This record gives sequence, structure tokens and C-alpha cells, in this order.
Amino acid sequence: MTDAGAGPTAGTQDGPVWRSRRTDRQSTRTVRVRTSAVLIAATALAVLLVPPVVQLDQQAVDLSAKLLPPSWEHPFGTDDVGRDLLLRCVYGLRVSLLVGVAAALTATVIGTAVGACAGALGGWVDRVVMRLVDTFSSVPHLLLGIFIIALFRPGVWPVVISVALTHWLSTARIVRAEVLSLRSRPYIDAAVSGGASRWRVTVRHLLPGVLPHAALAAVLMIPHAMWHESALSFLGLGLPTRTASLGTLVQSARGSLLAGQWWPTLFPGLFIIVPTLAIAGLAGAWRERFNPRRRSELML
Amino acid sequence: MTSPSRGAMGRLVGRRALSAVPVLLVVTFGVFALAAASPFDPVKAFGGTAVLGADQETLDRLRANLGADDPFAVRWWDWLTRAAAGDLGHSSVMRQPVTEVIGERLVWSTLLCTVAFGIAVLVGTLAGVLAARRPGSWLDRAVTSLAYSIEAAPVFWVALLAIWLFALQWDLLPAGGLTDTSAERVTAGQVLSHVILPAGVLALAQVPWFALYVRQGVADALAEDPVRGARARGLSERTVLLGHALRSGLLPVLTLIGSRVPELITGALLVESVFSWPGIAAATVEAATSVDFPLLAALTTLATVAVLVGNLLADLLYGLTDPRVKLSEL
Repeated sequence: MTDAGAGPTAGTQDGPVWRSRRTDRQSTRTVRVRTSAVLIAATALAVLLVPPVVQLDQQAVDLSAKLLPPSWEHPFGTDDVGRDLLLRCVYGLRVSLLVGVAAALTATVIGTAVGACAGALGGWVDRVVMRLVDTFSSVPHLLLGIFIIALFRPGVWPVVISVALTHWLSTARIVRAEVLSLRSRPYIDAAVSGGASRWRVTVRHLLPGVLPHAALAAVLMIPHAMWHESALSFLGLGLPTRTASLGTLVQSARGSLLAGQWWPTLFPGLFIIVPTLAIAGLAGAWRERFNPRRRSELML
Repeated sequence: MTSPSRGAMGRLVGRRALSAVPVLLVVTFGVFALAAASPFDPVKAFGGTAVLGADQETLDRLRANLGADDPFAVRWWDWLTRAAAGDLGHSSVMRQPVTEVIGERLVWSTLLCTVAFGIAVLVGTLAGVLAARRPGSWLDRAVTSLAYSIEAAPVFWVALLAIWLFALQWDLLPAGGLTDTSAERVTAGQVLSHVILPAGVLALAQVPWFALYVRQGVADALAEDPVRGARARGLSERTVLLGHALRSGLLPVLTLIGSRVPELITGALLVESVFSWPGIAAATVEAATSVDFPLLAALTTLATVAVLVGNLLADLLYGLTDPRVKLSEL
């Protein structure tokens, strides 16, 4: 299989074909970016505006209207105690997003701090810290999350903490790698020879360069964190079932599903998929712009 | 050097086994440190409701017996020395020794994960090659967008919808468990019919990753000189695609297979719970729900071992398939 070598250069048609394909890809990319942006805007509007504007009680029980299939009055149908599922899903998305954003922010702060310290200090600190990061990466995230919740009991904060504690590792790696590459730049040399302290160089010169990468990692982490919240809540190790979150909604729909009603299960799941794809679409385009070599990929 | 010698492979395995020791020490230490920092009380967890009515003297004796007041480092070392002798403690939720729980359930988890992984590799490779044949075609776009959508979908949600469709609507497959409730013995046929749905769902969750990586690898390989050379020599498109592009495109995927073990475990945790599959992962969730620390600690360690073994397997596989790789450098 090693005999291929450098064959004759391919036909002249290679160029134009490649170029047309590229513009084709660019136009699909534009469509993808616009769709993602619209979906994110719609999500944000729904989550921010629906609760204050629509004065409806998401917990309002109506036993005469239980398990109604989707209709004009209830677009997503109703659950087993007659609550409107569209309203529950919007409230659930709100809670899940909040948990996701809180967890992603916490994880990014921890990861950036650890990664920047390891990268800036170097030497044995770097070796020990990165070895620890590698070690804890070998425990599956969800398992570690389950373990933490089991010990600290379910609730909003344990979920945020368990997701944050399992997700800072990748951010730490990204930030450290970026700090190491920035450290060899001339402007850092200039700052050091100008007499700046290690602390000042790190905070004033290295961190600002690292922040865009950390921010991108944080944005990409939000869907992942939402996914974890829903998985933990679904297993009964997350938020209390009374609080609507995308995970608890699927969890409490289980009984209805086994009785044949599909809608209480279907819609909360779609509410996880759509924001995930939208965020991945935007983040992918952002990354392609700054690092065109790498194609976008979902980081789940 | 064509393929690595058995000696080189043995040395790699030995080296990895040695480096696994500090990893496992740190992970188990972390597990005990977390337990010490949490409000978890081993006495309550051990005695359950029986503790509520017990007098102070009995409680104190129980505390002393369990070593509940020792510093966590001491308890950790205690656990470690006993584990080395094959005693992982007693599981309160399963009412049997932890080693027995693992022994009974590991088979079923391994079966589920192997079947799922096999399906995922087959389907993923097929989809990836089909998509890579014509980058930008409708087939490529369909495969890629489907892969992203499946990857974004929560496994447990897919599992529930699969139960609804295949077990409730079409009545094709059983909704869960290892055998029918009326069955008295575990027979191969029963297990086979019960494994299809959970393994299919677990496989579906792994397919996007394979498909996207194979697509990338094969598409890249198709644009490179060896393929150009093969085409210039007049080889059939089939030989070029499967013999040249797939061969080199699959290599990077092989090296990353080991990194999929954590995802497989994550998927198994959810799938086994939904389908009441009597495996290790379902036991983990049960142990967590009732705070069964001995079982949880053992299963967390076991999962870490599985991840390390997965990494090693991937490296060995890489060394076997790519003659350029020197195992002594991995």
C-alpha cells in the first residue's frame, strides 16, 4: 500500500469543480448561521418574555383537561394533570438554560483559572496539574456527576456544581495550550523585559488573549450542561419533579408514555435538540472563521 | 518493520498497567475525599431505618465498627487494602457483597455494549463512506444533518420514543428487562429479543460520531495523492473507495475508539435505566438513588478501569493497523 507515491497531477477540471463546491458550501453556511441565529433569538425571547407577558400559571391543574392530544388550544397537548405542555416546556427550557448557563460559567471560571495558572507558572506545577486533569478525565462525566449528586442529595445547586466540576477539565486544557502558545510571542517578551511581574503579565497580557477561546468553550458548554441537567433529572438525581425542567418533564411523562400518550415525552426532547443545534451551528461558524482548517463539530 | 512484535505489545500493556496504578489511587482518593466533604453519613446509610430507633450505645458501637469517625484517608486506605484482597464491601441496596453484584451484572452490560458498539461501527462506517463519496451531495447533507440531530438528542428520550414505537405501537419487541416476566429461565432467544431495542438505541447514540469521523477521514483521503494514483492506474471506483480511501480514512477513527468508552458508559447509564436492563450501569443509578457508598465507589473505580483499558485497546489497534506507529512511543 506504500506504492502510491506522487501520481500525475489530476485533470484540469479539479480547480473549477472545487471552487463551485466551495461557494455552494458557503451559501449553506450562511443559511445555517441565519437559521441558528433566528432560533437562538426565538429561544431567548420565549424564555425571557413568556413568563412576565403571558400571565398563565404553569402549575395550574385542570383535571377535566388531562392528557389532551395537541390541538389549537394546547399546541403541545396537556400532561397527566391537565397542565398545558407548551407553557411547561417554555418554563422547563428556562430552568434548564439557567442551570446550563450557571454550570458552564462556573466550569469556565475554574477551567480558565487552572489552565492559566498551569500555563503561566509552568514547571512542576504545570506537570502536576495537567496530570491531575488527565486523571480525572478518565472518570466518565455523567458517572462522576451521579456520584456527586448521590452524596450531596438532588437539588438545583448540586446539579450546577456537579456539572461544573465535571466540565472544567476541557476548558483547562484549551486555556493552558493557548497560554503556552502566547507565552512565546514577542509582546510577552517585551512586557517581561520591561519589568512586568509574572502576575501582571498573566492578568494583563495573557488572559485577554485567552478569553475569546474560553468564551467559545463556555458557549459550547451550555448545551452540554443542559444535556447533563436533563439526564440527571431524568434519572431522579436532579431537580425535584415539581420544578419543570426539560429533564423532569421527560421523567414525569414516562407513565403517560407507557399508556400510549407520546406528546408529553416528544416535545421537551425537541426543546433540548433545537437550542443545541442552534448553538452548535453558530459556534461552528465562529470557529470556522477564526480557524478555517477545522470543520464545525458538535461537542457533546 | 511491518507489524509490532509481541514483545513490544506486551511492554506497552505492562507500562500502561503500571501507569494505571497512580490514576486509580488518585481517583479512589478523590472519591473518599468527596464523601468526607459531603453530608453523607455512613452509619445512616448502613443501618437505614433500623438506626432511627436505636439507642446511643448501639449507634456508637456501629460508628466504631464502620470506622465512621476515622479520617477519610484512613478509611480510603482501609478500603484499598481490602479491595486488593478481593473484598469491596457490602451493598445495602442489593443486599449482597459488591463483588457478587459486579460478577452477576457485568456480563449483561458487556453484552449490551458490545452489540451496540458493533452496530454503531458498521452503520457509522457505511453512512460515513456513503456521505464521503460525493461531498456536498444531497446524500452527504442528509447524513451530516441527521448525524448532528441524533447527536443533539438525549439518549433517554430516544429510548423512550423507541419503546413507544416498537413495543407499544407496533408490538415488535419487548419494552424492557432481560427476559419476559413469565419466563422461568434465562434463555438465549429471550435475551436476544430483549437486547435488540436497548442495543439499537445505544448504538444510535454512537453512530453520529463514527459516521462524521469516517466521512471526514475518507473525504480527506479521497483528495490525496494515493487515491489519485490509484485512479490514474485505472483501478475501479470500488477498489479506490474501499481499498484505498477507507483504509487510510478509518485509521484516525481507530485511534479515537478508546476515547468513546466514557460516552458508551454514559449512554449505558441512561439506556439500562430506561429498559430496566440488569447491568452494571443500572446498578450504579440505583446505588446513587439510595446512596449505597460501597457499591458506588466500586463502580466508579470499575468505570475508570474500563476507560483506561479502552485507551490501551485503541493504541494496540492503532499499532497493529498502522506499520508506521512505534508502540514504544505510545
